[in-house]
Amino acid sequence: MEEFENYFKMTIDAKLINEGFVRSMVAAFCVQLNPSVSEISDIKTAVSEAVTNCIVHGYSGKKGCIDVLVGLRDSTIYIKISDAGIGIDDIEKARQPFFTTKAKEERSGMGFTLMESFMDTLKVYNNQNGGVTVEMSKEIKV
Amino acid sequence: MEIKYQMKDNKMEAMLKGEFDEYTAEYVRLSLDTIIKDISCINNPQLILDFSLVSFMDSTGIGVLLGRYNKFKKNNIEMFIKNPQNHVDRILKMTGIYDIMPKIS
Repeated sequence: MEEFENYFKMTIDAKLINEGFVRSMVAAFCVQLNPSVSEISDIKTAVSEAVTNCIVHGYSGKKGCIDVLVGLRDSTIYIKISDAGIGIDDIEKARQPFFTTKAKEERSGMGFTLMESFMDTLKVYNNQNGGVTVEMSKEIKV
Repeated sequence: MEIKYQMKDNKMEAMLKGEFDEYTAEYVRLSLDTIIKDISCINNPQLILDFSLVSFMDSTGIGVLLGRYNKFKKNNIEMFIKNPQNHVDRILKMTGIYDIMPKIS
């Protein structure tokens, strides 16, 4: 954590009711960089997409937890969201717009596309011990 | 999330208020299905979704809207999205929802 000027970490139950809480926490932490309303909205959407993925895809409604790390450095916010769920078979495919493995459940398949559009960088990988980690960053313009 | 609806000039207007995410999606889905079924019997049914008080939406919302469109397109219901806030508007635009549910003000 030394690489960050400031950071927070939390672990939260993978429950849908917690989605709003996580994105509000991340947004509240970012306020120290004086982001615009639009930058805050971008970050909240990206966080919401990542947390939804953990609950809906990673754990498919089963019990689990989500690790969230948010760090600040040089006016840039770094967000890391991980689960210990089933992982993603083909990450490249999963990142394509409109791709979904749950079409019957009315999923748009736009989660990763929105994360990519609203953040500056996005990295998605399967963890060695199972589950998926999403790392993203966004510079807050002065 | 809270949804209130009423007929206005022969059009059904549903006012959505709150955050539209995975947690509230099921409520929105069921509410809209009930409203759409209610108006299916009238001539040229139109449903206006007033988004002015939707303070947050992510791709789950897009999935729900696409789902309503696919489920009810055979009923010839016209759907419109009214006055979305800037951020929600961007997501609706990016995902092409306005091609099937035009934006009105």
